[in-house]
Amino acid sequence: MDSIFNLLVAGLLQSFEPLNLAMIFLGCLAGLFIGAMPGLGSVNGVAILLPVTFLVPPTSAIIFLAALYYGAMYGGAVSSITLGIPGASTAVATVFDGRPMAQSGRADQALMAAAIASFVGGTISVILFTGFAPPLAAFALKFGPQEEFALMLLAFATFIGLGGDDIPKTIFSILIGLVLAAVGFDIISGKPRLIFFGMVEFQRGIEFLVLAIGIYGIGEMIWTLEHTKGAVQMHKVDFGFDKVKSNLRQVKDYIGSTFLGSFLGFFVGTLPAAGATPAALMSYGLAKSFSKDGDSFGKGNVAGVAAPESANNAASTGSMLPMLTLGIPGSPTTAILLGGMIIWGLRPGPLLFSESPDFVWGLIGSMYVANFVTVVLNIALIPIFIRVLAMPFTVLAPIIFILCVVGVFATTDRMFDTWLMLLLGCMGYLMRKLNYPVAPAVLAIVLGPLTERSLRQSLISSQGDPMTFIERPISLICILIAVGLVSYPAISGFMKRRRAEMEAAE
Amino acid sequence: MSVRTAELFMAIAMFLASLGLMWTVYADDLAIGWVAGRGPGSGMWPFWLSFGMAGASVWTLVRWYNGVTPESRSDDPYIDPETVFLVGVTVAAIFFLLLLTNIIGLYFSMMLFLLFYVKFIGKHSWPLTASVMLGMPVATYMLFEVALNKYLPRGLPFFESIFLHIDDFRYSLMY
Amino acid sequence: MKFLKTLTMSAAALAMMAPAAMAEWQPRKPVEFIIMAGTGGGADQIARLLQGLIQSKGLSPRPFIPINKPGGSGAEALSYIKGKEGDNHTLLVALNSFYTTPIIQEELEIDVTTFAPIGRMAMDTFLLWVNSEQDEITDLESYVAAVKAADTTWKVGGTGSGQEDSILTAMMEKELGYKVTYIPFPGGGTVAKNLVGNQIDSTVNNPSEQMEFWRAKNTKPLVQFNGERTEPFMDVPTAKELGVDIEYYMQRSISGPAGMDPEAVAWYQNLFEELFNSEEWQDYCKSDGLTCDKWITGDELAAFHDAQLKRHVELIEAVGADSITSK
Repeated sequence: MDSIFNLLVAGLLQSFEPLNLAMIFLGCLAGLFIGAMPGLGSVNGVAILLPVTFLVPPTSAIIFLAALYYGAMYGGAVSSITLGIPGASTAVATVFDGRPMAQSGRADQALMAAAIASFVGGTISVILFTGFAPPLAAFALKFGPQEEFALMLLAFATFIGLGGDDIPKTIFSILIGLVLAAVGFDIISGKPRLIFFGMVEFQRGIEFLVLAIGIYGIGEMIWTLEHTKGAVQMHKVDFGFDKVKSNLRQVKDYIGSTFLGSFLGFFVGTLPAAGATPAALMSYGLAKSFSKDGDSFGKGNVAGVAAPESANNAASTGSMLPMLTLGIPGSPTTAILLGGMIIWGLRPGPLLFSESPDFVWGLIGSMYVANFVTVVLNIALIPIFIRVLAMPFTVLAPIIFILCVVGVFATTDRMFDTWLMLLLGCMGYLMRKLNYPVAPAVLAIVLGPLTERSLRQSLISSQGDPMTFIERPISLICILIAVGLVSYPAISGFMKRRRAEMEAAE
Repeated sequence: MSVRTAELFMAIAMFLASLGLMWTVYADDLAIGWVAGRGPGSGMWPFWLSFGMAGASVWTLVRWYNGVTPESRSDDPYIDPETVFLVGVTVAAIFFLLLLTNIIGLYFSMMLFLLFYVKFIGKHSWPLTASVMLGMPVATYMLFEVALNKYLPRGLPFFESIFLHIDDFRYSLMY
Repeated sequence: MKFLKTLTMSAAALAMMAPAAMAEWQPRKPVEFIIMAGTGGGADQIARLLQGLIQSKGLSPRPFIPINKPGGSGAEALSYIKGKEGDNHTLLVALNSFYTTPIIQEELEIDVTTFAPIGRMAMDTFLLWVNSEQDEITDLESYVAAVKAADTTWKVGGTGSGQEDSILTAMMEKELGYKVTYIPFPGGGTVAKNLVGNQIDSTVNNPSEQMEFWRAKNTKPLVQFNGERTEPFMDVPTAKELGVDIEYYMQRSISGPAGMDPEAVAWYQNLFEELFNSEEWQDYCKSDGLTCDKWITGDELAAFHDAQLKRHVELIEAVGADSITSK
């Protein structure tokens, strides 16, 4: 323990070197803005700025990119809250409550909650990272396709109650998301599937962002347009020092779900292939299930912002673990970081901790500092973000439409996807008017590919025997928890009725 | 069209779309059943999930017939006339934004889009319109092309060449 | 005022540069560097390394922008290049799906021999890997015995049906007379992790994907599929030495679209030759087990592609297209 402490202090000192400190600051700031652009997330930021880092030593370079990764995680929340468009898949769940809060004039509270939850999530997970990296890496190796599938079941189970009150329409929404996720090449069989009208473009599949920006960007804007008739301004908020203080007092409302989200996020993030998106969604679902007033979720409950934000920041730290110790990226962003490390001549893998301790501990030290810098920057910038909402809607709306188009194009480099975005956005709007919930479709398209692939990989390796999911302990535990979560509302309802009967009888 | 009719049409359309998806999977000759010793075939997932979509649509239709959903009892207009105009114009404007991007490039079509939207829909003043019209393309260029190294669509060669001069200038300043 | 001054000065500089620029072709806009695989894999690493080198050495007046088009085992990237005929600002970073994808997916009507050959950057190799915990497996013979004993339940991980490693796996099944269960994963790194975690029993991976686990003694190579033993695997026998007739490489090359101007082709050829000969590239090759001893370009590269294409047609015919795709 003592040695870890010494290494950590050395790492912290390293991150306070002027160059590294400047890198942290620049990285956070750049990440914040890139993340706040609809469509552009940490993946783009890290990929694009990677060559820039060849100018500085490797430790400073990874510190810069890690800070950018952090900043972008928060930036995603900014566009989710202020514009209602998830900046990246990791910030989808933040829209559910962040958007209603902004619409009812509480954007500052939502942004504040997101900043603080991110800070708590990031810090908790760095502490866990510092203390338990090696055993967690060993645990991650035990995760095969069976466990991945069980984890996905668990993720779906946490969404129970996330849909609307119309059951067949909710089912329809989940299913269409899962089917759209299957479009494109099937890696298991090597065959193309659902190539509509023989268009080659569909071979790549329908990217999650195209659907999310279509539905939340185009669809949401049209929806707002309909309700405001284009005349009314969006809600304006004052933001001053007193507001900060009163917002800070609100922390107690969401601290519970923040802690839950932090641990969950870190754990899910450490598993290769899972990443921050399922973590954020699961955290939201759990916060809702266990909340006293679960019904207020989706209508502007501050815990609904804090839960996914703490989880996605915690997961972004967590996903560094498999990258550093196994050389396996836990998220698309860490995949690019991995490429960067190879170019700098560092070899991520089981030996990295012992062979390049300066690098690893410098990075870990910088994560503590980056967390702090991000939260300070964020809170300082809230007034600027809020100013966006004060723009006249007929000016803001076209700007957002353009950002949606540019954002989609910048992510996939295809005009085809911008057309698809418009089509899906209009469909989403028309269906939403008829009480079809859209969130389940967006969730399903994120988790669908992983679910199907892990299911089929498991069954191929067990020669088609479905018992394989129950025979393996970790997968069994995940499945049992999933079953528990699904039956929890029914059981708790039953218990309540029972208690009421008992009381009536007395 | 009332909300009640719209729900009927939507459910029927979605039912047909589900059948279409099932047909696509079937026609592509993908294995829609359980392959012995290997688990689900490549078409099983999309085929049976589409089947589920069809089922959910039928369920919605039954509920519509029995008047269970609030929508099936609503005679309000699906989209009121005032909104039809605003929404229709917006969607058409985005449509032309994308269409023109292929011809005159994103920057010029973006300017036309902003001109149309801010001036003619929003009825804002000329100075505001002009500043948004110029500010947005410049900001986009600076952020996406200069800072993030993206190459946004510039349309046909004639329009692209205009931007190549701007690029030349930019690279001569810094690279 | 300072800005105005810069502006006029650079305008003047531009005017002076213009005639000089006419003499030799140079890219006028960013060069799209299309990668036919996803982020994080071998081809992606190479493309991003090359891009970084181009930028840090200032070899191009315009940046190279890596774009991943991984759809359909590279079908998306190939279709894209096909549609870019005559374009001077698009390049393709190719691997072996450059050959296999057009063969398996005839309906795409892609003829890679029409593409402009820029240069071959490296030849990558494949090795057969098992987890170090499998003490009883020490060489190919004991491996084959173990696979046969497992009777088709032996699990081999790979990067997807129709990919190079699935062809190599099918070749091994045919040559060594056994049957395995092939499980596709999304990328060589994930395959490597599943081997270390004992989720699969063996795999054929590129060296770069297994290097660190090998150094940490988590996995061990049994056979290499090179013609000759290659650094750093000098004590690993080749398949040929063991009397198994399999020799398979992964090529890493750069191509342009069909109809690219000859001046542009020449410019890119020079650029990549310079990169190929750079110390950074040669060091990368050494550390990652790539073979980079000979620079091949132009007609020689076209002939190489031609021969490889024919070879892959034969290979796929020999193992049967059905054995590399499945239901």
